[in-house]
Amino acid sequence: MEFLKVNNLCRSFGGLKAVNDVSFTLKENTIKAIIGPNGAGKTTLFNLISGFTPLNQGEVFFNDNPIHGLQPYQIAANGISRTFQNLKLFPGMTVLENVMIGRHTHSKSEFLSGMLNLPWTWAEEKKIKKDSLEIMDYLGIADHAGTDATSLAYGQQRIVELARAMACEPKLLLLDEPAAGLNMRETADMAKLITRIRDRGITVLLVEHDMSLVMNISDEILVLCYGEKIADDAPLAVQQNDEVIRVYLGEDDA
Amino acid sequence: MKKTRHLQILILIVTVISIQLLTQATDTSYYLTQLTMSAYYSLVIIGLSLVMGYAGQISIGHAGFFAIGGYMSALLTTHNLLPYKDSTFVLILSKAGLLVSRQDLYGTDLLTVHPWVSCILAIVITIVIAYVIGGPVLKLKGHYLAMATLGFGIIIFRIVLGSSIFGEADGLSDVPAFALLPGIEVSGKMPVRVLNYYIAWTMVVTGMVLLSNLVNSRIGRALRSIHGSEDAANAMGVNISKYKLHTFVLSAVFAAVAGVMLTHYNGGIGPSEASVMKSVRYVAIVAIGGMANLWGALIMGVLLNFLSLRGYFGSMDDAIFGGILIIIMLFAPNGLLRLEILGRLKKAKPKTGTEQA
Repeated sequence: MEFLKVNNLCRSFGGLKAVNDVSFTLKENTIKAIIGPNGAGKTTLFNLISGFTPLNQGEVFFNDNPIHGLQPYQIAANGISRTFQNLKLFPGMTVLENVMIGRHTHSKSEFLSGMLNLPWTWAEEKKIKKDSLEIMDYLGIADHAGTDATSLAYGQQRIVELARAMACEPKLLLLDEPAAGLNMRETADMAKLITRIRDRGITVLLVEHDMSLVMNISDEILVLCYGEKIADDAPLAVQQNDEVIRVYLGEDDA
Repeated sequence: MKKTRHLQILILIVTVISIQLLTQATDTSYYLTQLTMSAYYSLVIIGLSLVMGYAGQISIGHAGFFAIGGYMSALLTTHNLLPYKDSTFVLILSKAGLLVSRQDLYGTDLLTVHPWVSCILAIVITIVIAYVIGGPVLKLKGHYLAMATLGFGIIIFRIVLGSSIFGEADGLSDVPAFALLPGIEVSGKMPVRVLNYYIAWTMVVTGMVLLSNLVNSRIGRALRSIHGSEDAANAMGVNISKYKLHTFVLSAVFAAVAGVMLTHYNGGIGPSEASVMKSVRYVAIVAIGGMANLWGALIMGVLLNFLSLRGYFGSMDDAIFGGILIIIMLFAPNGLLRLEILGRLKKAKPKTGTEQA
């Protein structure tokens, strides 16, 4: 059984083949990074897996269940949670409330029970709050529980988004450029955080520009260029891959 | 916070009772008529506040749902079934106790649908229409959603204005009283004025309890997340189209119930209730109340409808609401009750709670 298996994914925008026949697998409890120059199709690949962009062709299997063609909320309910490159926190809601949304798929009070304020929903709310605070505590943002999420510093907001995604109790976490906009120290902290998340038993797939982060923490690296896979290997092997060097450092014409 | 919520409801109940006692003491109980009508209009407005303020969607067609409720119950409780009394369908209805015999103003015998039956039917029809309209329309966003709901409102308006069965420009009249329970009837007759004031406000209190529970529940949080970022909500497992649709239908039911009740109270309904200006008025009042603020919507709903019904705005009625909408959008987009000063006062207090009032 493969944890995540991506088969021949294709997606074009007009005449541009953003993702062209990309296949890869992901082992449980590992960290895999997707890298590539700007416009290589990394984020598109992410959006295809998480259901935000409909795919033209290909299949995605999660624990042998097909998840291609599902809506993002259904994929989330399957145990795949994601963050966004440009932070998408809920404005006007506190940090705690933001994280509590992450518990949505693990709770079930609906319109009627909510309107009637049925006693069992009180216990559920309490549990949602408790679970959320626990995750915030784990990531070190419990002190900000009552703060408006979007008023925090940028680096903190990234962690709130991470906490929100973690609150879904995902088996697979998709991180879209988790270090974007972070300074060197924050990036190092983020790297530690991602490893800790993996150690908690969550598999991580991330898109990243920051090479230091990627090389240090990834078990495997997938390299994309113009929508095509050019390498998929351990970090060291990728670093020595001729094709990757050519793409990253430019062609040697001499 | 749960306690604040209970306190707010308590204050509402005390205010409702005090106003009635005050009008009694000052011999101004004629105000109760407009206060009763304002209460019913407020039901539409708090429902719309849920759609606009919490789920972040807009509807410029809610007068349509009000009219569907009002017109359906008016039609069913006034349409004479005597000519068909021997048909199997009418016989079955009559056997099931769903029909009532009565006489109209001129002493003609009538056989009509029981108000309770027509009320339930009106709500069911509203739910069906709201699902059918809301399903495709709520896929739209912003201006497009506004235009589509506006279109729906216009269609309903033209239907009631152009159909002889709905009385065309005259509307439907002679709608009988609606006995909710024996002795408790919704009607505009003088002897039951105080009773009807309390019936209407009981419904508003109930509506406020239900909705303020809802916005403080898991669903309320999910709705606010949809308002904040549809993508992020989607990624967190919130089925955004389902929640938007359910919210829309729920608010349509609030509007329809208001339509049913007010039609029985007034003894009739006319096409102006379905007009686009009514929908715009509801939207304007929700905006003045502060969008995601049920209490603001309620207070402004009662106040402005009361002033309008008492005729304070004269023939400029609709213009006033249009003007209010422009001014609010320019100077107080968060509503009149949430001006900056109030906001600063709130911030001065240390904030420990996480739920909003």
